[in-house]
Amino acid sequence: MTLFDEIARHYNYWVTILLMVAGLYIVVAKSNMIKRLLGLSVFQTSVYLLYLSPGKILGGTPPILAPGYAVYSNPLPHVLILTAIVVGVATLALGLALAVRINEAFGSIEEDEIVPVIDREDHSA
Amino acid sequence: MSVEHHAFHVTEHLPALAAVVPLIGAVAAALVRNGVAAWLVAVAVAWSLPVISILMLGQVEASGPISYALGGWAPPAGIEFRVDQANAYLAILVSVMAAVVLTGAPRSIADEIEPANRAWYYAVFLLCLCGLMGMIVTGDAFNVFVFMEISSLATYVLIAMGRDRRALLASYQYLIIGTVGATFYVIGVGLLLAMTGTLNLVDLAASLPEVEATRPLIAAAAFIVVGLGLKLALFPMHLWLPNAYAYAPSTASAFLASTATKVAVYLLLRFAFSVFGIDFMLANTPAGVMLMTLAALAMIAGSLSAIFQTNVKRMLAYSSVSQIGYIILGIAMVSETGLTGGISHLFNHALIKGCLFLAVASAVFATGAVRIEDMAGLGRTMPITMGAFVIAGLGLIGVPGTAGFVSKWYLIQGAAEQGMWWIVAVIVVSSLMAVVYVGRIVEVAWFRAPAQRAPREAPIELVAATVALAAAVLVFGLNTDFSAGVAADAARILIEGYAR
Repeated sequence: MTLFDEIARHYNYWVTILLMVAGLYIVVAKSNMIKRLLGLSVFQTSVYLLYLSPGKILGGTPPILAPGYAVYSNPLPHVLILTAIVVGVATLALGLALAVRINEAFGSIEEDEIVPVIDREDHSA
Repeated sequence: MSVEHHAFHVTEHLPALAAVVPLIGAVAAALVRNGVAAWLVAVAVAWSLPVISILMLGQVEASGPISYALGGWAPPAGIEFRVDQANAYLAILVSVMAAVVLTGAPRSIADEIEPANRAWYYAVFLLCLCGLMGMIVTGDAFNVFVFMEISSLATYVLIAMGRDRRALLASYQYLIIGTVGATFYVIGVGLLLAMTGTLNLVDLAASLPEVEATRPLIAAAAFIVVGLGLKLALFPMHLWLPNAYAYAPSTASAFLASTATKVAVYLLLRFAFSVFGIDFMLANTPAGVMLMTLAALAMIAGSLSAIFQTNVKRMLAYSSVSQIGYIILGIAMVSETGLTGGISHLFNHALIKGCLFLAVASAVFATGAVRIEDMAGLGRTMPITMGAFVIAGLGLIGVPGTAGFVSKWYLIQGAAEQGMWWIVAVIVVSSLMAVVYVGRIVEVAWFRAPAQRAPREAPIELVAATVALAAAVLVFGLNTDFSAGVAADAARILIEGYAR
């Protein structure tokens, strides 16, 4: 029962850890460049949750002064994560653009297929 | 919170200008669209930054660390830019390297990059510089992440602009690893935020001792060290580096090799010494032993890989992996002598590797090829460039009279102080391996007959930049007061940590 309590009380962290590990696994294990970028996005998304969930206070409202409300949630994580989302979108966009260029240059976005081609080029030039 | 209004003095806003000037310069370079005009913008911006950095150092020397409240919001609520001797020196190093490389760049860039992309190259170069300067001056843990990603995204684009199609894959692989590294860093910062409620580095340093649960702090330290380890290419997290430097445009390799990894090293120093503090790191984590082991492996494995390369740029890149090992070794000794050696090696390696990559940029311009065999006889046809290469190469090996000797001497002293003779042996063996890989180039360039086809004349500005850096390698090798003195100051400040 205590173990269940432990898990239930911190379920936001368990979700964070699950997303983190799943995303990182996709990045490491897949050969398709688009899938790896998606894995990277899942990995980054876990960080959004890591920041946001401790900032929420049960029963808390947005930090706007008004009569009758005394408990406020922390707005700082939201501001930070807005920035992090922008960074994540920029990274994903750049990664996808690179994948398009790689497809044009090599005719594939599977690293398993491209790396042997590159090894041959490395040995000839 | 009240914002006081008073007359605008430029000298009060130097820390912000260090990051804002290159940012505006990047936009300007992108808007002019013309390669030559963009180069002029970039050079003007790049040379203004050493001035700003030196003025900042002057202010720090005169009246102590500068605390700059961005937008007038007082720290710790607002973002603070904080400059002391350690990061003022690094700001000078990074801005001078950027200025020298950009000054020498235009014809090499015109040779390697299509006309339509040249202005973009300079714009992205300045964005990268903006990110690096921001990471140096900021005193806010999350702000570090933002600037880190500005510089990283710009770096991926710079690498992808290389003319070889393999540059695209090198850039993609660096994007994946670099983003994982930055995300690890931001996870660590998130844990610190959850435990202390602050992101200001000085404030963090003050509140960490009050946190009772050390386990989240150890996790945070681990995430931050591994994240920065990926960024600074510490063995075995260096796999992105060789291809990135090998296929990037030659001048981009020179700039990145001498600055990007150095800024990540600075952040590692800041977190290990100023934020977490040595006592916490040594008492709770095996960071000292771990970093020292990895550094020793980097020194040997990097040098060994460098010996077997056929591409001269990739050879220099593997050499960087080994030289980063030296820097981390000095840090891991956790003594003032060791840290002085590590920091002075950081400075010296920036000069040396910048000079070597610029010399190679000249060789690539002259012959169009990057294989070591293609450099046959270049010593006779390009004596000045290859002469500078030899001087910097001797610095890499650590021959007395060059800058490389000074820092290696401190490292050996630091190891001897703690009775770690195996470290002394590793330093000597790795230096002997450097003799082999530098010697290969010297042998090919000076003792082989030149190719039938005479090489093109290298651009005078590129040769001048190379020679200036080679001269610096000699000057800092002979004038040890300055090179080691600066590093000793920085080491002292880092070991003291933030004033509590």
